[in-house]
Amino acid sequence: MEPVLEIKGLKTQFQSKGGLLTAVDGMDLSLGRGETLGLVGESGCGKSVTALSILQLLAKPAGRIAEGQILFEGRDLVKMSAPEIRRIRGNEISMIFQEPMTCLNPVYTVGFQIQEVLRKHRRMSKREAVTETVNMLGLVGIPEPVARIDDYPHQLSGGMRQRIMIAMALSCHPKIMIADEPTTALDVTIQAQILDLIGRLKEEIGMSVLLITHDLGVVAEICRQVVVMYAGKMVESAEVKELFVRPAHPYTIGLFKSLPKIGGKEGALNPIPGVVPSLLHLPSGCAFRDRCFKNKSRCMEEPALREIRPGHKVRCWEPES
Amino acid sequence: MTLAETILSAERLSKHYPLRGAGFSRRAGVVRAVEEVSLSVRKGEVFGLVGESGCGKSTLGRALLRLEEPTAGKVFFSGGNLGEFGKARLKQFRKEAQIIYQDPYSALNPRKQIRHLIEEPLAIHQVGTSKERRDRVAWLLKVVGLLPEQGPRYPHEFSGGQRQRIVIARALALNPQLLLADEPVSALDVSIQAQIINLLKELQAEFHLTYIFISHDLSVVEYIADRVAVMYLGRIVELGPKKEFYTEPVHPYSQALLSAAPNPDPTAKRQRIILTGDVPSPINPPPGCPFHPRCRERQDICSEELPLLKELVAGHAVACHLRG
Repeated sequence: MEPVLEIKGLKTQFQSKGGLLTAVDGMDLSLGRGETLGLVGESGCGKSVTALSILQLLAKPAGRIAEGQILFEGRDLVKMSAPEIRRIRGNEISMIFQEPMTCLNPVYTVGFQIQEVLRKHRRMSKREAVTETVNMLGLVGIPEPVARIDDYPHQLSGGMRQRIMIAMALSCHPKIMIADEPTTALDVTIQAQILDLIGRLKEEIGMSVLLITHDLGVVAEICRQVVVMYAGKMVESAEVKELFVRPAHPYTIGLFKSLPKIGGKEGALNPIPGVVPSLLHLPSGCAFRDRCFKNKSRCMEEPALREIRPGHKVRCWEPES
Repeated sequence: MTLAETILSAERLSKHYPLRGAGFSRRAGVVRAVEEVSLSVRKGEVFGLVGESGCGKSTLGRALLRLEEPTAGKVFFSGGNLGEFGKARLKQFRKEAQIIYQDPYSALNPRKQIRHLIEEPLAIHQVGTSKERRDRVAWLLKVVGLLPEQGPRYPHEFSGGQRQRIVIARALALNPQLLLADEPVSALDVSIQAQIINLLKELQAEFHLTYIFISHDLSVVEYIADRVAVMYLGRIVELGPKKEFYTEPVHPYSQALLSAAPNPDPTAKRQRIILTGDVPSPINPPPGCPFHPRCRERQDICSEELPLLKELVAGHAVACHLRG
């Protein structure tokens, strides 16, 4: 599959009070056209920073991309000027965030906010923008779209607001949609509606989706490829079916064992011992070794990412096979 | 299961909040957060309470502990009417029932050392000498998997999972019988979440605790609960033993809820029931069955008459016209 987005050796750093910390370290990722890729990990593993790096939305001046390339259809986003990236952001690559309330402007109607995007990026007239907004709201399953365009964000429920965000993100027919925990703030029944919607729209518009989540269940539902991150590094990457059936990295295995499953077996869960290390005080070598059930002397040395089966890469000296 | 002793029960418990209108209009309406809930919690069990946001599960929990004065209905604790407890008996009850909240960041005073936070309930209830209290704090820290040496530290020096351990230690300080855990693991990462669930399970066995476990996460509840109650719009729509509930949910809402939970198994075959629409507002609940606007099986009667919670088989009750 021809990649629409390729990240090569991305390293993103932040200047913090405690010193320079590397939030993303040596990330390689390739997103194919029409593909859905899941980026999984726990809080602080660098998954959201990866997304923000792609769109050049890092908080300046603390955050910066120290190394690496982010190629969007062959063009390097890292090297682009601010006006150039603005033409891509929201237009060809759009993003939806976790908390829809904080991302919508409370003093404008939702209709106005979608029309703004259409008029800026697609240069529509006001009348065209209104018609298109109604279409988009219908597309994302909002009942009575004509009446809803005059509503303010606070008049809508959480699920409806997330639909508005999606409608806005889709209004320019982006080639890539980055969804950062799009359903985490929603209830399960509404989550099911939104995931179903993203899957359907992806087919209709033919876009690629980069889904960032901590929820392995959500990944299993809609992704084809999955990348697992830990402490800023990619530790495992494979097709969803392969990863869920034969996880190889001890961290991935630990995540699965920590997960209560509906209809799962009785008996104690097997949590990963310890806590995620601070990015400022990472252990030398493999960042996971303090919590790993294997922990060998070799782990003092940083393992490289290597392919153990076709398409299945792991960063571990002794992966399960 | 033998008939176990009931530790806490509710009879037609309701909690309404008056709604102040904007401007000059008074009495804009009432939020019917909890509507005529009857239930009984047995000694030593884990009673799971599930539902989506706004269904009233937290309000119900608070009303059960008389942290909210109920609008109507009664709560009984160890046979006594909680609403009629005098000052002294209520203070005693506050020792016997404790609560753990979702967010371990806001539950701990950032300006106090954790040993003082854990000691506080003991001091308030004047338990033991100060030496005995210090010893108990050290012991509690060990019980929840922390080190007594960590006592003089401040909350910010701990991670989310460790803070939840501190909250649990504080809740256990007074040797309670009943623990209300309101989404205790929802704010935690998966690997830490499992540690805390295991800890709660171990403590329950060790100290013969009774839990009321509130969560929106069905997989967590299946893991820890003995019985499960599902709430929708302030009412219990299904209540039954865990096994039966998870293998054969009866109420159409329970069925949809279980089928909507994401399954971390890409090979699993499944039929997901996707509900249309949103949860209606508890200010204007729909007439009849509160779930009927979203129900796939609704009939005429559903919009006209409120179904009552009826026992289908012993111990398994459902509020639906179309079942039973």
